[in-house]
Amino acid sequence: MLFKTIKKQDLFDLYFSDVQCIGPKKVGTNYKGKPIYQFLPFSSFDEINLDYETTEYSAKTYFLPYKETLSSFQFKDDDWDQEINYRTRPRVIIGLHPCDINALVKLDKVFEKTLFPNPYYITRRQNTFVVGIDCKKSCDHGFCSSLGSYTVTHGFDLFLTDIGDRYFVKIGSDRAFNALQKIETREITKDDNELYLQTRNKFEDGLEKTVRVENLPNLLDIEFESDVWKKWGDKCLSCGTCAMVCPTCYCYGVTEHISMDFNKSDKIKQLYSCNLNDFAQVAGGHNFRPEPATRLKYRYYHQHRGFVESFGQPMCVGCNRCGRICLAGINPTDVITDLQREQKR
Amino acid sequence: MKYLGIEPQKPKIAIFDFTSCEGCELQLINKEETLADFLNAVEIVRFREASSSYSDDYDIALIEGSVSRNDEVKRLENIRKTAKILVTLGSCACFGGVNQLKNEFDLKSMNREVYGNDPKETINVRPIKDIVPVDIEIPGCPVSKAEVESLICHLVWDSPFQIPVYSVCVECKQRFTTCLFEKGQLCLGPITRAGCNAPCPAGGSGCWGCRGPSVEANYKSFFSIVKEKGFNDIEFRERLNFFGAFGEVKIS
Ligand code: SF4
Ligand code: SF4
Ligand code: SF4
Ligand code: SF4
Repeated sequence: MLFKTIKKQDLFDLYFSDVQCIGPKKVGTNYKGKPIYQFLPFSSFDEINLDYETTEYSAKTYFLPYKETLSSFQFKDDDWDQEINYRTRPRVIIGLHPCDINALVKLDKVFEKTLFPNPYYITRRQNTFVVGIDCKKSCDHGFCSSLGSYTVTHGFDLFLTDIGDRYFVKIGSDRAFNALQKIETREITKDDNELYLQTRNKFEDGLEKTVRVENLPNLLDIEFESDVWKKWGDKCLSCGTCAMVCPTCYCYGVTEHISMDFNKSDKIKQLYSCNLNDFAQVAGGHNFRPEPATRLKYRYYHQHRGFVESFGQPMCVGCNRCGRICLAGINPTDVITDLQREQKR
Repeated sequence: MKYLGIEPQKPKIAIFDFTSCEGCELQLINKEETLADFLNAVEIVRFREASSSYSDDYDIALIEGSVSRNDEVKRLENIRKTAKILVTLGSCACFGGVNQLKNEFDLKSMNREVYGNDPKETINVRPIKDIVPVDIEIPGCPVSKAEVESLICHLVWDSPFQIPVYSVCVECKQRFTTCLFEKGQLCLGPITRAGCNAPCPAGGSGCWGCRGPSVEANYKSFFSIVKEKGFNDIEFRERLNFFGAFGEVKIS
């Protein structure tokens, strides 16, 4: 990894006026007076706040939009023309925290480094310049420390750590190296290294390891029939909100939309959630997971067991967006702790 | 036009209005960009609001509005006898709609309140399905034209007709709305069927449940959340009753 430092305000000169820039923008305050942030397009740096704690929605939708047209068909006599368009405009996302970049690295495994790469994802990913930034303190209820996602080594173009009046910068790509030519960079000094490590150590010391997840794949199998699922499942509204805000949930459905002149049809992909009532309903009408408890369980199974089996690590990065937003108060740390207690009983 | 060997149907459609504001019918002639194709795809033999044709030869009856007079009951039964497929359009037809609010009051005094010394014959408001069997329901106040178009595709090509089973929250999230509960406001999104694209939470008023319950809505959990968050029982009840869509549900 190549390291440099830059003056903090010089970051503003890196603004790419010719492409869309996205960053953490305040969109309001909640009833407790806490600011709410979302990743949104901005045109000047004073619209965003790089010291934000967390965002309501993850940035995944810039890579996996909630809705996208996979292909369009134009009918002609007894045949059709198919049009597939996955071109996309270049984009810059500034201010992703380590958990969110780790989430992208996991999505890369699913959509890019796989037997069937997904061109829609890949074009967005490759055309997005990612500038990450280290958190100053742990976010409310975040459990990134449990998932080892509070730090990040790849999956970004530039990565910043605030070390006082300068940013300690990790350069993660050729294009980032080139972009930095626009501003003045300084070679790393011994002091910079020390300052960086001190900052990170201080952050790590402030983290509380809330849950242990290492043995979850086994525990989940042992507790397959546990009452814990019913306890939380009875509360679940099957609203899918958890999966919508999650930076790693990627399940989707595809539907056909026929135009009113019957000459054209679009295949539209929409992100779905395993918590929704008909997620496991198949042709003929049978629903394999009719109860909310079963659906909730399988969301945890995918996050903490299925994904481990396929990729050697959990899918969850511990951002706890799902827990904070769930109206029913279903928080992954509570659910996991409950399961672990069950085992000790 | 034949496609992949499938012969399209050109169904004869009649549109009927019962007690309603006729807003759903207006939706049918909305969306200019596809209106001509829409009218082309089917044969509309009766549509008081938009056409002068008047025929009793139809296969499909689209019904707007609820029943609030005895003569409407008879009219509806006759339609059912003719129609091969009967579709209810909108919250009034599906659940009674805003009209059914009057059921909470004494009929006579309501009549006096509205018509003064010239009372009209009236009965308690009932949704269409209370009187005759309904084949397809498209809820909403007003109906979404996209769902009506999908119904037309279904009638012409026999492609599947589906409306979402899940709740409004999905669409609300998919347009990046901040949840109204976060702002201390009430919303029926978690128990209401999606398909409207969640305009009301986005507009700041919360969902009023015009599309009726989502499939297997978790009332028990939702009601205890609403209570826990300290919403006033009367306010909540008023909202639940507004479109008559949650009639059978008891607030514990
Ligand atoms: S866990 Fe919470 S957010 Fe997720 S579907 Fe259930 S109620 Fe909705
Ligand atoms: S499952 Fe919850 S905590 Fe884990 S990554 Fe998704 S939103 Fe974050
Ligand atoms: S505002 Fe309403 S519809 Fe939207 S997420 Fe919140 S409860 Fe659901
Ligand atoms: S948000 Fe609720 S009240 Fe508004 S249109 Fe949708 S279902 Fe009806």
